[in-house]
Amino acid sequence: MTTTMTPHSTAPSAERRSREARRRLSGSAITTGTWVLAFIFFAPVIWLVMTAFKQESVAASNPPVFFFVPTFDQFAAVLGNGAGSYFLNSLIATGVSTVFVILLAVPASYALSIRPVKKTQDVLFFFISTKMLPVVAVIMPIYVIAGQIKALDNIWTLVVLYTAMNLPIAVWMMRSFFQEVPAEVLEAAAMDGAGLIKTLRTILMPMVTPGLAATALICVIFAWNEFFFALNLTAANAATVPVFLVSQMTSEGLFLAKLSAASVLASLPVVIAGWVAQKQLVRGLSMGAVK
Amino acid sequence: MKFPHHNARRRRPQDGKTRLGALLAGAAAVTLALSGCAPAASGEGAKADIVVAIVANPQMKDAISLQDDFKAKHPDVNVKFVTLPENEARAKITASVATGGGEFDVVMISNYETQMWAKNGWIEDLQPMADATSGYDTADFIPTIKDALSYKGDMYSVPFYGESSFLVYREDLFKQAGLTMPAHPTWAEVSALAQKLNDPSKDFAGICLRGLAGWGEVMAPLDTVINTYGGQWFDKDWKARLDSPQVKSAVTDYVDLLQTAGQPGAATSGYGDCITRYSQGKAAMWYDATAMVSSIEDPSSSLVAGKSGYAPAPVKDTKSAGWLYSWSLAVPTTTKHKAAAWDFISWMTNKDYIKLVGNKIGWERVPPGSRQSTYEIPEYAKVAQAYAKPTLDAMYSATQETSMVNPVPYPGLQFVGIPEFQDLGTRVSQQVSAAIAGQKSVEDALKQAQLYAESIAQSYEQGGK
Repeated sequence: MTTTMTPHSTAPSAERRSREARRRLSGSAITTGTWVLAFIFFAPVIWLVMTAFKQESVAASNPPVFFFVPTFDQFAAVLGNGAGSYFLNSLIATGVSTVFVILLAVPASYALSIRPVKKTQDVLFFFISTKMLPVVAVIMPIYVIAGQIKALDNIWTLVVLYTAMNLPIAVWMMRSFFQEVPAEVLEAAAMDGAGLIKTLRTILMPMVTPGLAATALICVIFAWNEFFFALNLTAANAATVPVFLVSQMTSEGLFLAKLSAASVLASLPVVIAGWVAQKQLVRGLSMGAVK
Repeated sequence: MKFPHHNARRRRPQDGKTRLGALLAGAAAVTLALSGCAPAASGEGAKADIVVAIVANPQMKDAISLQDDFKAKHPDVNVKFVTLPENEARAKITASVATGGGEFDVVMISNYETQMWAKNGWIEDLQPMADATSGYDTADFIPTIKDALSYKGDMYSVPFYGESSFLVYREDLFKQAGLTMPAHPTWAEVSALAQKLNDPSKDFAGICLRGLAGWGEVMAPLDTVINTYGGQWFDKDWKARLDSPQVKSAVTDYVDLLQTAGQPGAATSGYGDCITRYSQGKAAMWYDATAMVSSIEDPSSSLVAGKSGYAPAPVKDTKSAGWLYSWSLAVPTTTKHKAAAWDFISWMTNKDYIKLVGNKIGWERVPPGSRQSTYEIPEYAKVAQAYAKPTLDAMYSATQETSMVNPVPYPGLQFVGIPEFQDLGTRVSQQVSAAIAGQKSVEDALKQAQLYAESIAQSYEQGGK
């Protein structure tokens, strides 16, 4: 038996070893591939940050310069260009619209997920269908209406539009998070005599907080980066950061370094918001995936 | 479309119904209340707030940096600026003025818009206010620019700066190669020179020419080539003529020159790219706007400052070929602060402003091409020695009579002065750009362009405009 066993036992172990080696090899190949991919995706960001610290003539030079004496000139120029009011406007438009969206989306998605009625699916489809029309198709009517009600160049116009723009996505996202909450938990709360508000506040909200954070962050990102409405509906008083970014461009003369500096500054609030919400966000994003 | 169901779910106690309603109503009320307390901006006592929309070019930004001078002279006017790149500014200003949006009290437009908008009654007649302003002197404006900004003899916008087009070339490299630039070069001569100096192995182009799609990009220089070759967009009877042999020959030569001795990636290269290339020493010649001098002669951003010579726009069958363009300031009729708007415009376009820029920022940064008196200022004449005369000559000769072979029914040299041209010009430019990229033949590109032009021509033929 032993003699017959030996070849049998060595063959599989050799096979196993080679399989393991193959796995290790493919594992490191995947790791390398991931790093390469990550670098490819991250390279433009690195380049943006590097360019922000260059002088205009260095930024425009071809072939590109990798080693240079860094300067804060471009940041100083951008900040001295009245950036403050643009950032303030973006902060108002983003912050207020996100609060509105959450205030409206939470009850709406609660109703659509926990207490669905007959036409729930139609309502959901209606919500998402508002995102199917390209913005450019409605800009002229919106512009004319805003002009007639004297709402052009007014930050509250953007607040209303951003609320409307983000609401469907927030409702859909929050609905999927609410659906994760086991019905039994809610039933138990009801058995213990908790009313709707109490259930919402003490049972539901703590359970969907990661989802809420993810939804809010998405709304913040979309509102902060929105360009088209901001460009067309604002002028001197209500212009937001993306409009400020394009105003750094010019068809005459060099502007790459200054534009990069402005872009770095414009990205910072979103990066910080993302970093703060990171922990919640990861939980929130994976919440719908695992039951 | 199917939606995820949540089975057997949710039969909840009904107690929350009314409270949920109250919550929703409350949220809605907050929304309405907050959005209702809307107009927050504007109004500062007796001060007139004016909003000025301008194009984000270096000279306009200089004006913003000098606004303290205006404030000192007009403490009762509070100015706010909106600066955007050319395309965004044009789209936004056009939308605002055409629909009576009323966000702006002063807008920066060009000689393309001025006459059309004056005819539509969208902008104010500035002549009475200009005449009433002592020392403003509209007769001092360069005549071709003044005419282009006038409607029925009155100026409806006043020039901030003006430009024509000319050919810049590297005098040092020409000398090295034993070449000379003719005093009045033809396109054939320019082409031969470009072939000699072209060196792709060193990423060095014989000539830089715009190839980027856009009516204000590739079409601007190309239209002047078409003009001097005897071509035209529409003939006297509004028949589309982009299929004529002259247009074909002009476009073929332009495309050939770019493909054989032009900059790499020419189809996506516009004015901005050519500035960079030429000022980084990557091209021997460049045919473009006279306004280029403020970038390429600026030692802080250009490696070739002081090394260039200037020649008139290359020609074929005409005496001259340069274009005419002006960034000018106008007042939309929707403004409520006409007097304050004029105060600002007259500050930014008078003779004193030129001196202010010269003394405070530098004489090479003076907005050129608007006033004849600018060229008589000794300090400016000194810094602009190399290009002042070529610029003025180009501007004086930029008329349809000297730059076109056949008469046309529209105003404009590098554009067709009709509202449809923004769209038509851009679509034709996309065809040309595709030909430059080698994606289609010049013949096919022009065949398609002719179809576009015919569809526009129809309404003018029928309308007998």
